[in-house]
Parts: sequence; structure tokens; C-alpha cells
Amino acid sequence: MKQETLKQLLEDQVAKKAVALATDIDSGEQTLIYRDAASGPDAEHGEILSITRQSILDDRNKVHDVGGRRIFIEVFNPPLRMLIVGAVHIAQPLSRMASVTGYDVTVIDPRASFATDERFPGISLNGEWPDDAMRELDPDRRTAVVTLTHDPKLDDPGLEVALKSDAFYIGSLGSRKTHAGRVERLSAAGFTETEIERIHAPVGLDIGSISPAEIAVSILAQITEVLHRKIEGRAAA
Amino acid sequence: MADGNVATGLSQDDDVLNEAAAWRADGTNVALATVVSTWGSSPRPVGSHLAVNENGKLVGSVSGGCIEGAVVAEAMEVMKNGKPKVLEYGVTNELAWEVGLACGGSIHVYVEKVE
Repeated sequence: MKQETLKQLLEDQVAKKAVALATDIDSGEQTLIYRDAASGPDAEHGEILSITRQSILDDRNKVHDVGGRRIFIEVFNPPLRMLIVGAVHIAQPLSRMASVTGYDVTVIDPRASFATDERFPGISLNGEWPDDAMRELDPDRRTAVVTLTHDPKLDDPGLEVALKSDAFYIGSLGSRKTHAGRVERLSAAGFTETEIERIHAPVGLDIGSISPAEIAVSILAQITEVLHRKIEGRAAA
Repeated sequence: MADGNVATGLSQDDDVLNEAAAWRADGTNVALATVVSTWGSSPRPVGSHLAVNENGKLVGSVSGGCIEGAVVAEAMEVMKNGKPKVLEYGVTNELAWEVGLACGGSIHVYVEKVE
């Protein structure tokens, strides 16, 4: 690998720009490929470009046979994101554990006394109302959304935007009774049953969690399961 | 993972590439090993990196320990002659047993010099 190629990859990671490296593993030639640009010997190779751009979308590293050449495609996507609505107690361990796991975490809460740097050191905080914040942060298929406030005034607007997005995971804290009320409100707001079923509620895997940190473990475990097993709709739990 | 397909999702390897770049920037020779395919139970996913410098310093891993020694020896060679190489370790390869890929899987590792 050329030193400049390595430097460029690292710069793109800092800039949170999706890029992939296509390596001919017999010749060693390498091409950097972006969604809308490419540089290197295969920068004009239509098949390699299209395979690579699909790999960026699928987050997959793989060796492909391209006209008898072995091309290794390695994707360098920006980190997965987690958007947490509610700077509540559970959000403290959840945001830290998710950061360690590799997520780029943002905690959304318009209540200034909750969303403080003291309570969430090193975590991005967003003080907008959850629907505005969610629209601005624009969850995509590499984003998990978790609402934790218990307060429909805050959770519902965030959920309404999340349900219209491609977020790979949506979870919402609250008992079955709380969730039944939520389902009613979302139905009244025009969401279909299938859309509402995307919400994991009660949130997290059922592992008997009691403390906020244990609940965070169950939520992160469920998100991990959905991420890697690509479970459709509600989790197996 | 039968076809060597692995969702990357969460990269843990940024520090490996950063370290490799830092070594190279200091004028030290560096080789980079990357897992390019896996079959069966391989401990590290496709895209895992191991960087080695001319002083024998290592960062990262391609196997969780079982073939690192052999990969490092090959990396030293690649550092000298500059020719990239695909290494194969697995149950069908007697050498792999010798170097200890006892976890029952098979992997291909691409080794290249950072020029």
C-alpha cells in the first residue's frame, strides 16, 4: 500500500467519509473508491466501481472475482451511530458502553439540567426538541435509535421521525402498558401496525436486568443481535 | 460466514492503521497484513489488520494469536522484497497445523509493504 493511500484512508476516517479500498491481491494495485469518486488504476472500471459501492452500502469486506482477477474490497465506513432520546440515568451507562463498542453516540434532551457534560463526559449532546434533533441527525440504515424518557411529549416526536427513517434498530423504554398507550398514540398519528412493530418494546433482551447499567447491557445486546442477525421487525426476544 | 462474507459495522482497527502510518512517517519499514477471507471458525473477521515494522514491533491481530508468528516472518520478507503476497492457513494445509491454526478454520491473509 502506498503511504499516501494509507494517509488518505485515515483522513477520510477522521472526516467520517465512507470509502473503500479495492486491492488486486495478485498485483498489489489499489484504488480508493467513494460513492461519487475514485482514484487509482481501477478508477474507471465499471464493474469494480459498482461492486465496491454496493459493498459500502452493505458494510461488507470480501474478495470478488472480477474477470479472473481477485479483488479484495475493504470498506471503511464511518462508525455506526446511536441516537438516544432522554439524558436519563440509563442513558449514562448506555452511552458509555455504546461508545466502547464503537458507536458514535448522541444524547438528545431539551432539558438542560439532564443533558450536561458532567453527566455525559465525551458524549455529543443535542438540546433540540427530539423531532427537530432527529430530523437534523437524519438516522440512516447504520443508525440505532433508543428512546428512554418515559415521557410521550419527548419520546413520541423522536419516534415519529425515527419510524420514517431507515434506522436499523428502534427501541423504546417502558412497560407493556406504557407501550400499549404508545401504540395507540402512534396509530392515531397515522402509523400502520407494521411500522409500529419496528419498535422494540419493552426495550432490550429479557435477561432480568435491574440496575440502569444492566438495562443498558440488555439494550446494547439487543441492538447487537439485530445488527448482526438482521432480524426483521421485532427481536426474537 | 461460509463464503467469507463479514459485515464490518464496527471497526476496531483504526489504531492499527494509525500506528502503521506513524511508523512509516518515521522512516521505518512497515508491512500490513489483512484478513481477506475466512472459512469455518476463524477468530478474527475479514478486514482485521496486523501491522509489523522492521524492528519486529506488532500492532493488531489477524487470528487471535495462532498464526501471528508465521505471518510476521512472511511480513519481514515482504518488507524486504516489496512484493505483496497472499498467505493461506487452514485445515487442508499441513503448515497451518504446524503453526497452530487449531481453531478449525481457514483464512487467507494478504500481506503488503507500506511503500
